[in-house]
Amino acid sequence: MRVLAYLIPLSLCLGGVGLAAFLWSLKSGQYDDLDGAAERVLFDDDDRPLTSGQEEGAASPEAR
Amino acid sequence: MNCCSPAAETVTRSEATRDGVPAREEILLASPIVSESLRQTELSVPSIHCGGCIRAIEGALNRLDGVIEARVNLTTRRVTVRWRTGAGVPPLTETLAELGYQAHLAEPVTDRSDKTLAELVRALAVSGFAAANIMALSVAVWSGAGEETRSIFHWLSALIALPALVYSGRVFYRSAWTALRHGRTNMDVPISIGVLLAFGMSLYDTLHHGPHAYFDASVMLLFFLLVGRTLDHLMREKARAAIKGLARLAPRGAMVERADGTLSYLPITDIEPGMTVLLAAGERVPVDARVQAGTSDLDCSLVSGESAPRPVTPGDAIEAGTLNLTGPLRLGATAAAKDSFLAEMVRLMAAAEAGRTGYRRIADRAAQLYAPAVHMTAFLSFLGWAAASGDIHRAVTIAVAVLIITCPCALGLAVPIVQVVAARRLFEHGIMVKDGTGLERLAEVDTVVFDKTGTLTLGRPILRNHDRSAAADLALAAALAAHSRHPYARALVDAHVGCGPAAVTFDRIAERPGCGIEAVSPAGTFRLGRADWALRNPGAMAIALEGPSSILSKDGELVATFTFDDPVRPDARETITALKRRGLAVEILSGDHAAAVERLARDIDIEHFKAGMLPREKADHLAALAAVRRKVLMVGDGLNDAPALAAAHVSMAPSSGADVGRNAADFVFLRDSLGAVPLALAVARRANRLVHQNFALAVLYNAIALPFAVAGFVTPLVAALAMSTSSILVVANALRLNLDTRAQQRPAAERKRTGRQEAPALGVPG
Repeated sequence: MRVLAYLIPLSLCLGGVGLAAFLWSLKSGQYDDLDGAAERVLFDDDDRPLTSGQEEGAASPEAR
Repeated sequence: MNCCSPAAETVTRSEATRDGVPAREEILLASPIVSESLRQTELSVPSIHCGGCIRAIEGALNRLDGVIEARVNLTTRRVTVRWRTGAGVPPLTETLAELGYQAHLAEPVTDRSDKTLAELVRALAVSGFAAANIMALSVAVWSGAGEETRSIFHWLSALIALPALVYSGRVFYRSAWTALRHGRTNMDVPISIGVLLAFGMSLYDTLHHGPHAYFDASVMLLFFLLVGRTLDHLMREKARAAIKGLARLAPRGAMVERADGTLSYLPITDIEPGMTVLLAAGERVPVDARVQAGTSDLDCSLVSGESAPRPVTPGDAIEAGTLNLTGPLRLGATAAAKDSFLAEMVRLMAAAEAGRTGYRRIADRAAQLYAPAVHMTAFLSFLGWAAASGDIHRAVTIAVAVLIITCPCALGLAVPIVQVVAARRLFEHGIMVKDGTGLERLAEVDTVVFDKTGTLTLGRPILRNHDRSAAADLALAAALAAHSRHPYARALVDAHVGCGPAAVTFDRIAERPGCGIEAVSPAGTFRLGRADWALRNPGAMAIALEGPSSILSKDGELVATFTFDDPVRPDARETITALKRRGLAVEILSGDHAAAVERLARDIDIEHFKAGMLPREKADHLAALAAVRRKVLMVGDGLNDAPALAAAHVSMAPSSGADVGRNAADFVFLRDSLGAVPLALAVARRANRLVHQNFALAVLYNAIALPFAVAGFVTPLVAALAMSTSSILVVANALRLNLDTRAQQRPAAERKRTGRQEAPALGVPG
């Protein structure tokens, strides 16, 4: 039964990581355009999300 | 890529003939500043379909000077563009138009509704995580863990449950508290009490090493209820966003000439009576005004319901929202935006909505009966057991079990799940549902009232005597007509598409606003337009013509006559017949002339009609119908129908209509066919039956489970099983709506396009 002392916290941690990952993906807009994402996966070039507006020029579209 | 041809989309086509491209000044007004030297524009492009469209649009926009980045959202059919302010407005809409996409300025995404959804999804994720983990621990306990392990597991469960109940439960506590504070009770009251009592009770038992803890039940309850809540919210917001994405009717501003002769583009709210407004052809009239100079034709179809364009000359008063078709006008504003016709309509609508008796959602009505019954039963079981056994702890445990067992898990899912499935069925057929209660109200309807122009008819004229006119004449007329945006001219061009070019070449073509088009060629002077202008001797012609028409003349002599008709929507007749067969009364209320309405009513077999009605009269007529307890479905498109749409029991509008009307309507249909009306009725009635079945299922389940709970036989395991089973039953029953209406035909491409859009982000980790 001693093994439970490790396994239960471990399983909770893993679940927590999953939860945190989901909340992060929700916050970062991964679910905003599910149809678009389904199509974009077929494109050859790299794809970047819309930047937050501060880093002007960071995403150079002409490079595509 | 042939799926990518935007011309196939009816929405675009009808919008394209009505609205011009937004002016750059208008884009500037509509683009908020994101950061220093950076602006963001939201464009709605309804014809975006597929990956090819994304590439084409992003590629073209990103190549423009000054554009930092452009991103397409395929789900909402929007394009977000960030651009540098230094170099002026990039030609965004023009570029899109070159690619074949009609673009409109869109409202920036409203944050409030998105926040609610995000909160619900986060709460759902947290409760799902907690429910799954606690369930894993509970299974160990149920399988017969030793007393020491059980105690540890109960403590762990309590630790996981506490944050979940605090975080995810807020949605319910808030609503329950609001209800209680106003002396009412709703579904959330027994939920909150049940969840909190179960937690407190279990915590007490854990402290005292008791055998049973209900942590799993309380968290799972939250999870199931949040699923229902989230679905409910998703369905409403999604359709609302799609509707907002369509074109705006009111312009954002207008070009104003100041006293010193300088021109400036002012936002519409800054335009005051007395200002001089310059209006180009293709723009909408911003405020009520009087024509000072220029002649033109106005498309009033959205405003008054008149099907024929109205010629205007200096001195005429015109209403805000009408579309200037042929010539530039110089206007003197007679009212500020807030006093204009548009604003007046909005006020009438608000009044009509206030007058509509508040509809209570079926779930709320159920809760009204259900919540007190549940409280009473739990309280009585507590009293009974306390009196019979004298064991307070045991009495509380049983009362909690009763609350958990009767907690309206299945009831909470019963309505939203059916409405989500129904809304999706309708969406596949091009009908958007704005509000779940719309489905409930639609199922009760016994009278259908139609508007004429734009609803029973398509709202754009077509050439009627197509086959009777010689091909050469038509080619000639179309060559002239190509230079005008007058609806009749467009109809001529449409009729000519695919035929040979004209035999004559013209030296000079000019449009005479309010009259027609004149072309000079070596063969003579051709005129296309009104009879009294095109013909040297029009007197004889006037009698021979019936209905709206244009004359093609050469040097003042008649060459050909073209008559036009606002075509009846496809299957309007079948629709009316289908509605009558279902025993519904059908009426027409129109703002158009009596003769036109009567002809149409005879054509499609409607006995009751009223013509020449003002917006207020329409709304009053509906109020009168409501007063004799008729439940009316109003189908209308125009601005003039908006108050009536708001006053009706439930309302539908075609997507080609005015956006004020679309916003007032509960349903919006995207295709040309009126078949949407009986289809929506059928689905709504079917959904209504399923909702009632679901309620019956939930009540039946309670009737069976309650005696066990009261008798004290319900352990946490039984509660968990019972709860899951009833929820799954209800969901499965709702899905039957898909099964038996699926037999109806539906384009495969449409299914592919819309099928994947439902319910994002319901995956739950843990």
